[in-house]
Amino acid sequence: MINFQYIKASTPKAAIDALIKDSAAQFIAGGTNLVDLMKKGVTAPEKLIDITNLDLKKIEKQKGKLYIGALALNSEVAEHDLVSKEQPLLSLALKAGASQQIRNMATVGGNMLQRTRCPYFYNTDMPCNKRQPGTGCGALKGFNRMHAIFGASDKCIAVHPSDMCIALMALNATVLITGPKGDRQIPFADFHRLPGDTPQKDNNLERGDLIIGVEIPDNNCNQHVHYLKVRDRTSYAFALVSVAVALDIQNNIIKDIRLAMGGVAHKPWRLKEAENFLKGRTVSEDNFRQAATLAMHGAKGHGYNNFKLKLAPNSIVETLKIATQKA
Amino acid sequence: MARKKSSGSHREEDRCNDEARRYFLKQSSLLTAIAITPPTILKAVASEWDKKAAEYFEKTPLTIEINGIKHKLSIEARVTLLDLFREQLALPGTKKGCDHGQCGACTVHVDGKRVLSCLTLAVMLEGKKVTTIEGLADSENLHPMQQAFITNDGFQCGYCTPGQIMSAVACIREGHADSDEEIREYMSGNICRCGAYPNIVKAIADVKKGGQKV
Repeated sequence: MINFQYIKASTPKAAIDALIKDSAAQFIAGGTNLVDLMKKGVTAPEKLIDITNLDLKKIEKQKGKLYIGALALNSEVAEHDLVSKEQPLLSLALKAGASQQIRNMATVGGNMLQRTRCPYFYNTDMPCNKRQPGTGCGALKGFNRMHAIFGASDKCIAVHPSDMCIALMALNATVLITGPKGDRQIPFADFHRLPGDTPQKDNNLERGDLIIGVEIPDNNCNQHVHYLKVRDRTSYAFALVSVAVALDIQNNIIKDIRLAMGGVAHKPWRLKEAENFLKGRTVSEDNFRQAATLAMHGAKGHGYNNFKLKLAPNSIVETLKIATQKA
Repeated sequence: MARKKSSGSHREEDRCNDEARRYFLKQSSLLTAIAITPPTILKAVASEWDKKAAEYFEKTPLTIEINGIKHKLSIEARVTLLDLFREQLALPGTKKGCDHGQCGACTVHVDGKRVLSCLTLAVMLEGKKVTTIEGLADSENLHPMQQAFITNDGFQCGYCTPGQIMSAVACIREGHADSDEEIREYMSGNICRCGAYPNIVKAIADVKKGGQKV
């Protein structure tokens, strides 16, 4: 790892000031992804600004919503009573990610900023438009079994790796940000980007922006929830396909539903068409299958990942079956 | 496995020849280097000026408690907690497996929580308390989890074992050892290439059932 300067910030303002003063500086919190990327030579910041001392660790109920600070640890959020009671889908998704050791280090803000695990991004001998714009996409015609089936471009077919973010997407979360120009909010659906012509940009943060936390609005979908993660081994592996669902069911009728998929796109993939189809319909496997077919509209395989075109709709149906059987 | 005596001694001879060759190459390249280096640079190299100057600018002070002993250190920011143990503090019990957060061999406790020391920058742990496998036992007596790994044959080559044991202790302290299934899920961050998993699960379940303080 190339050496770097290290400073510890005591307030958000000090952290942001230090970052904009130095174009080669980066924030560090849990470090579970950044330190690894630095070891691999994928990134080499000249200065790290440690933000772990900032007071951004609270998890609390506010009027009509649940607030989670950006520096709350993944394990703390997953096991927090408020979270498992009010937003159990988020708990399930967090527990499906990484290992307990990593969840004890990783923060909510850092989880949102995880880089893709595309092997061409990680291997500095390979072309990758995300790592080095203009060099091409090694995965497009390469070994692409982990890669995207939705929203990819000819510049990048990488997928977003987080489980937590799939739940936050389904739960209509909002990202709270502070930056050089003051505070602002980004709806979770607009936080991450599709690759387009600029795959080097994973999200819509600007230089100097610091994530303060996330807010999840209250909903009636906390009785029937499930997070299904299909992967190469039972635990501690990235998703091939994952599905997050939360439903409000009254008298066997779906009153409200939130559905999102992971492992299939450059950002958490919300299944609005399938949601709209299922709203007002009865709980039945036939309806689930039709919704899954709608959800697959526009999906495209790249060779080694063609299996996802079958795995994804089957996973949607399976997740809906499990969630609706839960009481 | 039967081994021919003669082939063994041949190998020994080859090794000696190899070493002699390597020593000769080293010595001759050193002489060449000295011959073409100006004396001022040699003097600077001898008194390590550049190293001292670099250290002054590159090192960060760190106070950290490891296994109950307080250390006041001055380290480079890029030093991971794992490398600090192994390279600077003569604590080689924590193992370097993948060095990329994928195997769990480097698991230690920081302020009571299990973490991966290979992905932890030591400078970020100012004032924290760290426990490694060396600090787990109570003086002469093995920790119950160490004993349980021996009793249940919870390892073969032993390389992942320090990480497994640190993780296993945390697994019980967190309350995640109520069933074999739960133990497997919460121990999934520790990979064992020898495949000792069934006996590792048995060891943890035994300690949990035994109700000893971990």
